[in-house]
Amino acid sequence: MSSGENVLSPEYKKALENLLFQLADDDFLISFRGSEWLGLAPHIEEDVASSSISQDTMGHAAMFYTLLEDLGAGKADDLAHLREAQDRRNSVLAERVNGEGYYMETPKYDWAYAVVRNFFYTQAKKVKMDSLRQSNYKPLAETAVKVNMELYYHLLHWKTWFIQLLNSTDEAKRRMNEAIELVMKDFGDVFSYGDEKTAIEQSGLIAGEDQLKEGWKSNMALPFECVAMKVPDIPEASAKNGRNGDHTEELASALTTLSEVYRLDPAAAW
Amino acid sequence: MSNLAMKSEEEMLEQFIERIEAGDKIEADDWMPEEYRIALIKLISMHGISEIMGALPEKEWVPKAPTLHRKLAIMAKVQDEMGHGQLLLRVAEDLLKPYGKTRSDIMQDLFNGDLKFHNVFHMDTKSWGDAGLIGWLVDGAAIITQTNMLGSSYGPYARALQRICAEEVFHAQHGEAIIMALAEGTEEQRTMVQEAINHWWESLLMFFGPASKETTGSSKQDITIKYKIRKKTNEQLRQDFFTKYIPRILSLGLKLPDPTMHYDEEKQMWIYQQPDWSEFKKIIKNQGPRSQARLNLRRTSYENNAWVRDALAATTN
Repeated sequence: MSSGENVLSPEYKKALENLLFQLADDDFLISFRGSEWLGLAPHIEEDVASSSISQDTMGHAAMFYTLLEDLGAGKADDLAHLREAQDRRNSVLAERVNGEGYYMETPKYDWAYAVVRNFFYTQAKKVKMDSLRQSNYKPLAETAVKVNMELYYHLLHWKTWFIQLLNSTDEAKRRMNEAIELVMKDFGDVFSYGDEKTAIEQSGLIAGEDQLKEGWKSNMALPFECVAMKVPDIPEASAKNGRNGDHTEELASALTTLSEVYRLDPAAAW
Repeated sequence: MSNLAMKSEEEMLEQFIERIEAGDKIEADDWMPEEYRIALIKLISMHGISEIMGALPEKEWVPKAPTLHRKLAIMAKVQDEMGHGQLLLRVAEDLLKPYGKTRSDIMQDLFNGDLKFHNVFHMDTKSWGDAGLIGWLVDGAAIITQTNMLGSSYGPYARALQRICAEEVFHAQHGEAIIMALAEGTEEQRTMVQEAINHWWESLLMFFGPASKETTGSSKQDITIKYKIRKKTNEQLRQDFFTKYIPRILSLGLKLPDPTMHYDEEKQMWIYQQPDWSEFKKIIKNQGPRSQARLNLRRTSYENNAWVRDALAATTN
């Protein structure tokens, strides 16, 4: 399949758009969650590092939304800010709150959850980007190469935290294990393509779900060995599959916050 | 025994003053009079902690930034501010070493009210216009005060400021871009900017501190000028700010919140209504609109993350 827009078959284009929405919405939401952490990380150095990661991730979301805009799906800013929860294709994991409380008040966010979610998510994203480098849609393959360059550092960052905390105090271990359990509960739709599974897997855009899952597991083997634990099983996608637009209330409230200003007047220049 | 060690305190001081008069830079391990060290610790830890507390009002608008482009820009901007905080706290930590104090003491001083943070960061934010205004005029004001100390006699501070000022210039441009988009936008957007200017006006006047200690009972400007940590007085800096920004505010078609404000050609200075300095005293005693809420946010997150610091300490020991 060529990348020229005019020769994309309707089925291919539909699968491509669906995949791009999954990638864009994932990064957009997890970056939003990261931005809520700003100023509240365990120490100042970490605040600088993790806000840099959130910023890169927002940049990746913008690249994926721009690919959609190029396909005629609408303006990137509209796609990012105006789509309702049921139209979002991100995994449930990406939309989850950081912990107790609203960021504008005095939240009590859970750093263990942040480390585990970001590490597991980033490794999943890395496996996808590695596959997308061979995508038959050239603009996506090129984007994956760019994203991958930054992803190397993100992964190293979260992996370091993961191993360090799980090899530390009893309290850290307990909190990290609780976080692993919580994250894995939502991990079922991370590698799911939802109802578009067949179309996406046949499109030549990206590897199949099972192959990506295997990639994730084999990459996770070493870090889990370092903390003397077994790589957890990836659950089957549950009935609440974000890829099909099934989401939690947590997404709805995130969307309200992140689009509050844009929605005042989407036609205005901001 | 070296000659240096045999010198009296008085001779050391004399030599120190000669060094700074000659434009020499003092380094962290050099001998320095205690008055100088204490003035630097107060100044730099307050500056550092203000960068960190200053991330909090802007942070409120980071997730809400209207477009992808603005989201990216404000994320980068607030991250820079945290980075400045880190850089400055490192400089302060070196100065604190002889007293056996560390960063956790700086944090405790903040929480118990001994260490102040800048008056502007005690204010509430109401709209996206405030986020733009902070970048444009608060960072603009910061560039003016910090440029005043670029030639500081204390080398580590002067070098940190060089990098900080370079980044602040980008921040001011980021803020100005937001403000210009609003000022050239819809009626609602224009109202947003005007309200932001009205809301921040007094805080911006207070930003440079009182003209003299008679205004508020105390001022550190005399001692910092004596030791060549800074050059200009608070009032000179405020006047520089007016000269730079009043024409820009007017050119955007915005109104000055102080209708009496004008430039007196004869006196060669801006004439303006004084802000309520008793309010300033309240604010810097952590009794401003958002002082307690922001301190509480920082304190809560510090306590909430205590287990992480403990875990890191356990793995490095």
